[in-house]
Amino acid sequence: MIRRLWLRLSDNIDGPLFALVLALLTVGFITLASAAHDTPARISSQAINIVVALVVMWAVAQLQPQTLMRFAVPAYAIGLALLISVALFGDVVNGARRWLNLGVTRIQPSEIMKIAMPLMLAWYFHTHEAALRLREYFVASLLLLVPVALIARQPDLGTALLVAAGGFYVIFLAGLSWRVLLGVLVAGCASLPFLWSLMHEYQRRRILTLLDPTSDPLGAGYHIIQSVIAVGSGGLSGKGWLKGTQAHLEFIPERSTDFIFAVFSEEFGLIGNCVLLLLYLLLIARGLTIAANAPTFFTRLLAGAVTLIFFTYAFVNMGMVTGLLPVVGVPLPLVSFGGTALVTLLTGVGILMSIHRHRKLVQT
Amino acid sequence: MRLTEFKDHRRELHSFRLRIGIAAVFVVTAFSLLLLRFVYLQIVQYDYYHTKAEDNRISIVPIVPNRGLILDRSGAVLARNYSAYTLEISPDKVTDLDKTIDELATIVEIRPSDRIRFKRLMVESKGADSVPIRTHLTDEEVAKFAVNRYRFPGVDIKARLYRQYPLKELASHVIGYIGRINERDAKRLEDEGQSANYKGTDHIGKTGLEQSYEEELHGITGYEQVEVDSAGRAVRTLSRTPATPGDNLVLTLDIKLQQVADQAFGDHRGALVAIDPSTGGILAFVSKPGFDPNLFVDGIDAANWDALNDSPDRPMVDRALAGTYPPGSTFKPYLALAALELGERTPESTINDPGYFQFGGHRFHDDKPGGHGVVDMYKALVVSCDTYFYMLANDLGIENIAHFVSKFGFGAKTGIDIEGESAGVLPSPEWKRSHFKRPEQQKWYAGETISIGIGQGYNAYTPLQMAQAMATLANNGVMYRPHLVDYIEDPNTGERTTIEPKIVRTIRLKPENLAFIKRALAGVNIEGTGARAFAKAEYTSAGKTGTAQVIGLKPNEKYNAKDTPERYRDHALFIAFAPLENPKIALAVVVENAGFGATAAAPIARQVLDYYLLGKTTDKPAAELPGDEGGD
Repeated sequence: MIRRLWLRLSDNIDGPLFALVLALLTVGFITLASAAHDTPARISSQAINIVVALVVMWAVAQLQPQTLMRFAVPAYAIGLALLISVALFGDVVNGARRWLNLGVTRIQPSEIMKIAMPLMLAWYFHTHEAALRLREYFVASLLLLVPVALIARQPDLGTALLVAAGGFYVIFLAGLSWRVLLGVLVAGCASLPFLWSLMHEYQRRRILTLLDPTSDPLGAGYHIIQSVIAVGSGGLSGKGWLKGTQAHLEFIPERSTDFIFAVFSEEFGLIGNCVLLLLYLLLIARGLTIAANAPTFFTRLLAGAVTLIFFTYAFVNMGMVTGLLPVVGVPLPLVSFGGTALVTLLTGVGILMSIHRHRKLVQT
Repeated sequence: MRLTEFKDHRRELHSFRLRIGIAAVFVVTAFSLLLLRFVYLQIVQYDYYHTKAEDNRISIVPIVPNRGLILDRSGAVLARNYSAYTLEISPDKVTDLDKTIDELATIVEIRPSDRIRFKRLMVESKGADSVPIRTHLTDEEVAKFAVNRYRFPGVDIKARLYRQYPLKELASHVIGYIGRINERDAKRLEDEGQSANYKGTDHIGKTGLEQSYEEELHGITGYEQVEVDSAGRAVRTLSRTPATPGDNLVLTLDIKLQQVADQAFGDHRGALVAIDPSTGGILAFVSKPGFDPNLFVDGIDAANWDALNDSPDRPMVDRALAGTYPPGSTFKPYLALAALELGERTPESTINDPGYFQFGGHRFHDDKPGGHGVVDMYKALVVSCDTYFYMLANDLGIENIAHFVSKFGFGAKTGIDIEGESAGVLPSPEWKRSHFKRPEQQKWYAGETISIGIGQGYNAYTPLQMAQAMATLANNGVMYRPHLVDYIEDPNTGERTTIEPKIVRTIRLKPENLAFIKRALAGVNIEGTGARAFAKAEYTSAGKTGTAQVIGLKPNEKYNAKDTPERYRDHALFIAFAPLENPKIALAVVVENAGFGATAAAPIARQVLDYYLLGKTTDKPAAELPGDEGGD
């Protein structure tokens, strides 16, 4: 009886993927226990977040890919509508208009787009699979750019980047010709000096600070300088769990959320970093394998994009914390504190599991 | 159709997998980049970032040493420390200073003068960690602020040691005072490589002994390594090197004698220096009026500063050290000694004093109209006969005079152990040549030599020089460097470093000449100008009165104290040593604009000697003696 229930529960769960997810969640939870030692409420609330997100993952994994496809247009439409509402009536928190107050609860509609965008574009390419011409890519670009522009305007550069990346991955995987890709890239680079000349002085200064944090060591550069010190001082084997001085003496900003990697790096050193990189790499490899073996154009594009979004999270966050990339608000996937990102990411993992489980059934 | 579809499907899948492959390569490349970055930061640059993290975490907190005490010869405290709470603002950590101070004022009392002082200290102590807005908080105020501390980042209560001068004006010039380290002090400390030792120290000696013995008094700053969080709050102590407290100064000064001398002046301005002739140790060092050095410790307020600075009495000037006065007749013993030593006179040789000395077309008047009649050297000193010394100076010549008296230290700094000493002026043709620009001024006139005979003219000496010369004479020509500090004491071990008496020079003098001069000076106090002041003295003493003109008189003009404005009246002087046979104390007194040395200065010397030799005290100022018969 219990055995049957277990089989029923684990039926649609991909073993390797689930093992990697659990490993990463464990690493995250241990690190959070150190990073948030002075705010124990965060630790217990993250435990709840993890349970909720795992339930969501399990639920999504039960869905048929066809069902996911049916969600595509409504999810995108609702997401877009909410984004427009935010732009018109959203609450301003910390100077950014990101939240929509629904009376009962507040939601951040841009988060929906992280899943809805690849879903929508994958659906769009899937339905136009027979005849993909430049026109279809153009329409897809429009579908992508409108929400991205709305999110970027909030302003929420991190989410805009992730949504844009998600959409781009779909377009790229759908087979956009290299010539166009190259053309867009060249045009983009060529327009940079023009964009620079259009910017306000303070905007330019902000970008310069992003490029060289030491130019403003007490202001905007402080965070990144301190986080790089934390990483570097971790050395080969780290200072030990709960022993990070940069973390525990509060030199690392946002140490349980966006900068949690600095805490991890400081306490577990290069060895810990390699383990973490390896876990991410395995998870991504598993995702790409699922994509490569997916039965339909829709599932292929979706699985590929979802996996690459996961990669983008990891790369941008670690690059930012180590001073390789400018600071944008992107959490470290499955490690940073925060329920929303966790649910979004595990929804993605659930989608991968669903696609993998149903790879044979749909095949004609 | 099916085949094409199948083919398309195959090609499509192939193309997709190719792109997935490209993506995979991109992922691996990106992660390799991250790995390289990790290796760079955590292996290659590890030492750099490790140091950075340690610098973040570890803060070196200086432990300020207790400043040494200043004690008189019998251990009476002249300068000490006490602990009090101050409310201090760290300007770096506060964005709106005025607003913060306004809010603080709702919790603890902040007077307008506190604000003014704060503003000034901000400017003066640029770069200081924290600047006091209020000092001497009451326990209640401390408690009130502690409750509200969270509202004021960058504001803190600190327990600080304060310097206190319990005797206030007494010996204020000698002790000096400390004040907050200003930019100039900071620069000097840096040049001397002392900056590290002054971390955490706010005050430094500015004048007097506080300044000249700064190094001994300050001590060595200790250090505490503390772990701090990003807000700078100390989390725990890692290590501690205690401070070495500053040494105590024990003076040769007898503060009771100082007090007797100070009181003896009454309301008069002037100076008194008393020296132990056998060591050079200063026994009393008075400059009147004095000032309250406590006012300076935390930055003097404008009203008090103006009062001190603008006062015509100039209380800030150390008259004993930096005031220069014509010696008047107190110069005569040295001229007499010069005459004996150079063979220009014998004690027995006499002159006839008609009441003036005629030189060229000019008559140099004696104080006594009609003159003293037949005068030998003994009488010349005892009654202070001017005519005798006009002639003597003329016979000796300025070169001989200058050369001889310079041996007694006139016109040169004594090298006393506080700063700000004046050298005075020992006039000579050479001095005139180097001192004046115009040729007619550079020439030495014979008439000028004659004025020097009675201690007038260009010559001007500090009371310290006069006392040192007297001590040298008393000590048979052995001159000691005058010094205020007897020994320096380590407060922890009690170990003493004695300031050894230092002989500056030994003047070769014939014993019979010395004996004669001493006998004549004893005569001054027995039957001469000092006799009334020293009536019924229970000890033997030697003295010489002097009265120094402040303004030059026109030929034949008669000085009349009553018709002269107070500040142009004559200075009264007296030099003395006692007992005659085995001198224990030598002194010089200058009383500004007080008239005759015999009547205004000698009584002060009498009170000082009475106390020092007999322990006699009186709480009244030295009574001025009436009249002026026979003296200057």
